[in-house]
Amino acid sequence: MAEIDREKLLDIYTRTMKVNRTDEKFRELLMQGKVAVMYYCVRGQELASAAAMAALDDDDYVVCTYRGQGEQTAKGIPIEKWWGECLGKATGTCKGKGGTMHITDPDTGIMVTTGVVGSGLPIANGLAMASQNNGDGRVTLVSFGDGAANIGGFHEAMNMAQLYKLPIVFFCQNNRYGEHTAFADHTDSPDISSRAAGYGMKGVKVDGNNVNEVYPAMEEAVEHARSGKGPVLVEAMCYRMMGHFFGSDFSYMPEEHLAEMQAEDPLPKLRKVMLERQFTEEELDKIVADIDAEIEGAVQHALDAPLPSTDEIYKDVLEETA
Amino acid sequence: MAEITMTQALNLAIDEAMAEDDGVFCLGEDVSAKQGGGVFKVTAGLTEKYGEHRIRATPISETAIVGAAVGAALAGQRPICEIMLMNFVGVCMDQIVNHAAKLRFMSGGQTPCPMVLRTTTGVGVGFGGQHSDMLEAWFAHVAGIHVVTPSNAADARGLMRSAIDANDPVIFIENILCYGLTSEDPGPGYRVPLGKAAVAREGSDISLITYGRTVLDAMEIAGELDKEGISVEVIDLRTIAPYDEETVLASVRKTGRAITLHEAVKPFGTGAEIAANIQEKCWDSLKGPVRRIGGTFSAVPFATHLEQAWIPQKSDMIAQIKASVGKA
Repeated sequence: MAEIDREKLLDIYTRTMKVNRTDEKFRELLMQGKVAVMYYCVRGQELASAAAMAALDDDDYVVCTYRGQGEQTAKGIPIEKWWGECLGKATGTCKGKGGTMHITDPDTGIMVTTGVVGSGLPIANGLAMASQNNGDGRVTLVSFGDGAANIGGFHEAMNMAQLYKLPIVFFCQNNRYGEHTAFADHTDSPDISSRAAGYGMKGVKVDGNNVNEVYPAMEEAVEHARSGKGPVLVEAMCYRMMGHFFGSDFSYMPEEHLAEMQAEDPLPKLRKVMLERQFTEEELDKIVADIDAEIEGAVQHALDAPLPSTDEIYKDVLEETA
Repeated sequence: MAEITMTQALNLAIDEAMAEDDGVFCLGEDVSAKQGGGVFKVTAGLTEKYGEHRIRATPISETAIVGAAVGAALAGQRPICEIMLMNFVGVCMDQIVNHAAKLRFMSGGQTPCPMVLRTTTGVGVGFGGQHSDMLEAWFAHVAGIHVVTPSNAADARGLMRSAIDANDPVIFIENILCYGLTSEDPGPGYRVPLGKAAVAREGSDISLITYGRTVLDAMEIAGELDKEGISVEVIDLRTIAPYDEETVLASVRKTGRAITLHEAVKPFGTGAEIAANIQEKCWDSLKGPVRRIGGTFSAVPFATHLEQAWIPQKSDMIAQIKASVGKA
């Protein structure tokens, strides 16, 4: 596989750190009690999300899940609006009416964030169908976890997408747990990607903690979809290094699993690759410092922002109430 | 003007919408020419005009069908998806209720979902317990969707155009027994606005509020009762939710009496909501309790005589109206 060019690598690093610093900040705010909302941590999955988003064009569509912070921030959602939404403020992407589980920002292609496991796949097909109908050249990427691969909508959507050769990438971040249930306890399939064969679809399995594996695979999958050859299922193996949601128990994860995921942490691995590719410590630290500063500003903006007016509960129900 | 059937009316409405807007397309099981243009022929002849991309025959995958309609709608298209029989919504409720209905609200108005979900049902054709139910109350209970059902061919044409125009999801219920009904063709571009009821027959003694196939029963008994000196006003809601409260309440204020009538089972039905609303808002005009008539609270049975006994009976409608107006 060809080496990722330096500019793209830097782009992936920046996106990855954006995801990571956002996650760290969110957990800090929750720990300090400054905010009290549902938040689904993405620690351990930062690189997979970032690499996937780096493979897309700005106007490509994304459908993600409640654990979608990685896709949202890496795709380039305006972070003041993102934090505003997460804090339930009028300045949020959805005026505080969607929240952490329903972030939507069509301007950056974040079309749906669903709180229902597996429901994004059929909808993503529709976005891709619209692109196929009107020839706009967009690709739709739908992100989901290994847990979503066992719900009916997954199978229906995969079959339909391949039947119509839709321009879509099914991006499974296999973080080895569906809520509290380990992979081996929710399916006897060896993996998710091999299921693609059952639909006549191309399936790929990659190490989601290795930038040199996950990014080229995503780039190829996106190209495959965009060129009209149809969908691809990419399974990126990664780890969910926290509980299902912030504050939830994860004592059910065995010691060996915890040790394994610490060893596979994508961040030190990515840092190592960056240094090998002649980026300096200073350069990389500066990127993180800039991201932190931007996040600080956005968080403060969100904390200071007004609450949505209570009459919002009557608005946006139907067009007549808009 | 020529007469058209309800099937033709729906076909004409979809055809002209597709001709006017490239973003309108149909998807559903068996809808394209290869499968004969739909099991009830509503999409017959459209594949030949618009191609298989715009009349997409789908696998038997209701969740994928509705999900695809939702996604395409978010991208600015106007999909018309078909769930062949209404009971099959049971396998795709998540897409309708959690997504189609809520995405406008949850996104703060950024992602409206302009889609039509056509579906067919009806008691009286021997389809049994899983192919006959009127489930409109399930959807009427959810904010963010319109629920529509025509009782005649002209309304079918006009309501379908309005449903396709709407910038929100519309559940469009077709009754199998009504496909063959004929009306004078209202012509191209005809629209019946959503949320507007029709006073199908004017009357002064009692308001009979109904929709869909039971409008036919209501009109028939209203004619019979007229001969006995009881003047029944028949309101055809046309849009079940959000319904035309203004027309309903004005009628009840005039007549002072009301009965709701639907084919769906009576308990927790739309008639209960309408009756409660009438009592809250027209109490001083009411001369007696609002009555409700609906299907029997059991699964729709198969044997013809059982099925016929299950549906709201005209004899019961007449008895209840007479009791209500004090002429029992």
